[in-house]
Amino acid sequence: MAFSNPISDLFGKSPIKPLQEHMSLVVRCSSQLEPFFTACIASEWDLASDIFDSISEDEDRADELKKQFRLNMPKNLFMPVSRADLLGILGHQDNIANLAKDICGIVLGRQMDIPKSLQSDFIGFIKSTIQASEQALKAINELDELLETGFAGQEVKFVQKLIKELDAKEQKVDKKERKLRLNLFKIENDLPPIHVMFLYNIIDNIGEIADTAENVGNRLELLIAK
Amino acid sequence: MELFTEYGTILIILAGIFGFFMAWGVGANDVANAMGTSVGSKALTIKQAILIAMVFEFAGAYLAGGEVTSTIRKGIVDSAIFAEQPDYLVFGMLSALLAAGTWLMIASIMGWPVSTTHSIVGAIVGFAAVGVSVDAVNWGKVSTIVASWVVSPVLAGTISFALFRSVQRLILIHDNPFERAKKYVPFYMFAVGWLMAMVTMLKGLKHVFKDIGIQFSFAETALLAVLFGLLVAALGTYLLSKVQRDESLEVDDRFANVERVFAVLMIFTACSMAFAHGSNDVANAVGPLAAIVNVVSSGGDIAAKSVMPSWILLLGGAGIVVGLATYGFKVMGTIGRKITELTPSRGFAAELGAAATVVFASGTGLPISTTHTLVGAVLGVGMARGIGALNLRMVGSIFLSWVVTLPAGAALSILFFFFFKGVFS
Repeated sequence: MAFSNPISDLFGKSPIKPLQEHMSLVVRCSSQLEPFFTACIASEWDLASDIFDSISEDEDRADELKKQFRLNMPKNLFMPVSRADLLGILGHQDNIANLAKDICGIVLGRQMDIPKSLQSDFIGFIKSTIQASEQALKAINELDELLETGFAGQEVKFVQKLIKELDAKEQKVDKKERKLRLNLFKIENDLPPIHVMFLYNIIDNIGEIADTAENVGNRLELLIAK
Repeated sequence: MELFTEYGTILIILAGIFGFFMAWGVGANDVANAMGTSVGSKALTIKQAILIAMVFEFAGAYLAGGEVTSTIRKGIVDSAIFAEQPDYLVFGMLSALLAAGTWLMIASIMGWPVSTTHSIVGAIVGFAAVGVSVDAVNWGKVSTIVASWVVSPVLAGTISFALFRSVQRLILIHDNPFERAKKYVPFYMFAVGWLMAMVTMLKGLKHVFKDIGIQFSFAETALLAVLFGLLVAALGTYLLSKVQRDESLEVDDRFANVERVFAVLMIFTACSMAFAHGSNDVANAVGPLAAIVNVVSSGGDIAAKSVMPSWILLLGGAGIVVGLATYGFKVMGTIGRKITELTPSRGFAAELGAAATVVFASGTGLPISTTHTLVGAVLGVGMARGIGALNLRMVGSIFLSWVVTLPAGAALSILFFFFFKGVFS
């Protein structure tokens, strides 16, 4: 006999845990960019390929989580935060993984080498980007504490501080991106044009990861503001 | 009356069996709803919840259940009309018990969230209006009861909303929620103790006091209730002093220790919930039984003033305990597993809001649905942005069950009424 119960049926599955799990998977994708590019610079293409596989695996799992999340989000769910904001955050989070996978795919497929004079700046640029996405994860991980306080008080201030730090980290990435582009511009005539085109493309996409992480933070801020 | 001398014993035995069956249903299903929040928030284990339920359901039924029982027994129908035909009242109440029991069984199998209270009220109205005459129903009282079904979830929701907001303001939004929780939680415990004592003394023990020749004024009652509340708060403070802050728990969740404080509070609100539930819902099973026993034992004199025999309440209490022991613990387990998102700080607000509403209704003699009241209370906490996700589809199906249960209970009851009438006369 299938007994349904008014009290237990009243409670839906909280969206917060799945959203946090998705974000930590996504950030794991972006964090692997550093070892990936280190391997590329050292021309260890087998290792790079292994890392790419691991990134795609994480990206697949994130996609699966995203699907589950959306399926568990019927319109009649009553939540302390708006459904649209949650889905918006999820979308931005997912983009981080997609970007990381795309970047590695292109670099690996073309076996691109990074010009010697740019290498150390490049790794620094990637490190800052990873820091920005990790900061976004830190903010997302506060969601359950936010729920605990009913989205009020000290906890809100704490999360706002985290988001401000995230903005600062994104600006740092921007600065490094400009410097890297400038240095590339200086040597671009000595390099094969198509290679240069893709280098710009890669730099763009890495910068985009930091932007997307910032978007996650902005969306989170909107969600608190209500 | 001839019928009562000839068949009196059989009628009472039948009524006893049906009444016990209803009480079993209350114990198996309703109690689990009332206590499930405590189990879900892990403030109590299932065993502890059952133990608390057994003690406080019984206490609630015995100490504060009189008003609702008397409403079910003689408030819904117009006794004057039945003075001519007391046998109809007996058949009717038998049918009502059987109809409500049957309907609850069907609804449980189909998975509909119906309420014992609504079933029994629908059944009583049904046999009286159709089986006897439309005037046999005390429509004024019935409309008050139906109105209270809408008001009670709203009221519970409002109280729970306010309670949870006060927890936010006083405790959760501050830098040191653990210390603040320890400081403020005893006040909530006081409220629990005061509330239960107040209703019990004002309504339940009124007759007991009268019998032993003591009479308290309202002020004296309030004072005694304050004393009882202080006693409860003192006991709570002692229990709280044993909760020490464990920093290792705060790695994952900074509020883990705060919730441990609220878990202690939830023991008290669980008691109040069981008490409130007992005071209101036992009447659904015991009220019709009391009416039958009253008529039969007085030989058909409806107007005869009679004290409800204590065995009736005992039977109701026993039915609930058996229901809990045979089936209720399973339901409780299912609910507990499903509502893990509910933390003690929310569970307490929901339970206390619901318990306050139900106890108040019990004092006024209004039979309301504890489950629906609790649903209202939980939604209230949700409105205060306290719960991760609530399924609003449930609210719709509750409305639907209101619309369906009354006619269904009534129809079944009419059917059984003519059946009994045919068999015995």
